[in-house]
Amino acid sequence: MSPEQTLSHMIGTPALAVEDLTFGYERDGFHLDRVAFTVAPGAFTVLLGPNGSGKTTLLLLLTRLLESRQGTIRVCGFDLRRTPARTLGRMGVVFQQPTLDLDLSVQQNLRYFAALHGLSGRRAEQRIADELERLGLAQRRRDKVRVLSGGSRRRLELARAMLHEPALLVLDEPTVGLDVPTRSHLVRHVHALAQETNTAVLWTTHLIDEIDPRDQVIVLNKGRIAASGRAAEIGAKEGGGSIAQAFQRLTVDPRPAEQVAS
Amino acid sequence: MTVSAWTLALRAIVGREVLRFVQQRERFAAAVVRPLLWLIVFAAGFRMALGVSITPPYETYITYEVYIVPGLIAMIQLFHGMQSALSMIYDREMGSMRVLLVSPFPRWYLLCCRLVAATVISIVQVYVFLLIAFAFGYDLPAWGYVTLLPAAIVTGLMLGSLGLLLSLTVRQLENFAGIMNFVIFPMFFLSSALYPLWKMQESSVVLYQICSINPFTQAVELLRFALYGQLNEIALGWTLLVLVVALLLAIIGYSPSRGMLSRRAAARGE
Repeated sequence: MSPEQTLSHMIGTPALAVEDLTFGYERDGFHLDRVAFTVAPGAFTVLLGPNGSGKTTLLLLLTRLLESRQGTIRVCGFDLRRTPARTLGRMGVVFQQPTLDLDLSVQQNLRYFAALHGLSGRRAEQRIADELERLGLAQRRRDKVRVLSGGSRRRLELARAMLHEPALLVLDEPTVGLDVPTRSHLVRHVHALAQETNTAVLWTTHLIDEIDPRDQVIVLNKGRIAASGRAAEIGAKEGGGSIAQAFQRLTVDPRPAEQVAS
Repeated sequence: MTVSAWTLALRAIVGREVLRFVQQRERFAAAVVRPLLWLIVFAAGFRMALGVSITPPYETYITYEVYIVPGLIAMIQLFHGMQSALSMIYDREMGSMRVLLVSPFPRWYLLCCRLVAATVISIVQVYVFLLIAFAFGYDLPAWGYVTLLPAAIVTGLMLGSLGLLLSLTVRQLENFAGIMNFVIFPMFFLSSALYPLWKMQESSVVLYQICSINPFTQAVELLRFALYGQLNEIALGWTLLVLVVALLLAIIGYSPSRGMLSRRAAARGE
């Protein structure tokens, strides 16, 4: 745990705090409408929502690929709009799309990213070695990314996102395109990672089976937060015990049913 | 962030582009063979048809091959500028642009780094071309190889920033043919690269005027004078002006509030 993380833990500054975040226009229905939530340091938080719920828009805003005029995003207390460099520097991101350079080696990909985050020389090499070791990719260091399997590429992207030891790790549907064993391995791995390094994780998905009952869950539907809390609690309150039923109930679109009735 | 962090990022971005370029040997070969074909085949054919009289910076009668060398240098840089526009679009489509943009550096700086990378690579291509041309017996004044460099940096930056601006207007990855037809060919043919402008004026005044305002003409003239150790102030002025305007527009276009990178994704409501 870095001194800064310890400090924010002690004084209770959340790793991520989103307030009143709105994006889009009223006339075509908001993509996001006054979204607010927090992620505590070291907490594994699942952002759950069906396709079109606003997950991607939220992720684009969090990573500053888009900017919103209304609402604030803070990472460890740093405002993304006012101090983008400090805020982005504390964030690691795994995008849904693969973003590695296929014709460069594992090492070249990681060095490029390390340099973009101000890590150089021995420090960069050390961090690269550590993260590759952690993810079981140390032997592949000199291989071109093109020869790696889908699962290994994802792990490499995870290693890359952790190089600068972020306080917050954001993953946008990271299991897309992976087979079932690789998927569950990745889910377990990121859970362990959050615990070991006290990194807060925001994991977006539309797949219920990736959720552990102890995870924090935020259910997003049509640009609004439909429920939030521990998976088990949401399940108990909204779905008669299961998060799957709760999710079904919270995100079902009532309109088609009415149309059928009329 | 310290100064060393900024230079580290610049080196990493240039390094990545160079590595990617070196790995595409066909592209490198094409970039050098193209102007050589123009020089050895096209120019030889036109040598008889076109005589070039004494105009500055030339002090004697020159052959047509000598005349088109600066135009071909500019052509290499024009192609590479558009090529790097294409690679910006590719990076945007494939998502690797996001890795760059979530780094803690401001966007204008990251764009400038990409521009520097494109310019460095285009200059490497120019010197490889000149080396091969030299081997074929087309030699220039010895100092010309040195005085060319600052001019090639300015023209490379200018054509590269036009590429950045173009990458904003092209929505998705299309093939190179569109850019070739509507940007490269008109810019190249409506310029002083292949024929002196006074010749153009004799045949059509309108075309002459279009040629004169073409920024590519200014780039060619800047390079032409630099090859002979002279400075063409007017060409330099215009080239710098186009460079600054195109770069500013590109920076505005790529700013996060404009959401160029993600507008479509957001519009789909994903």
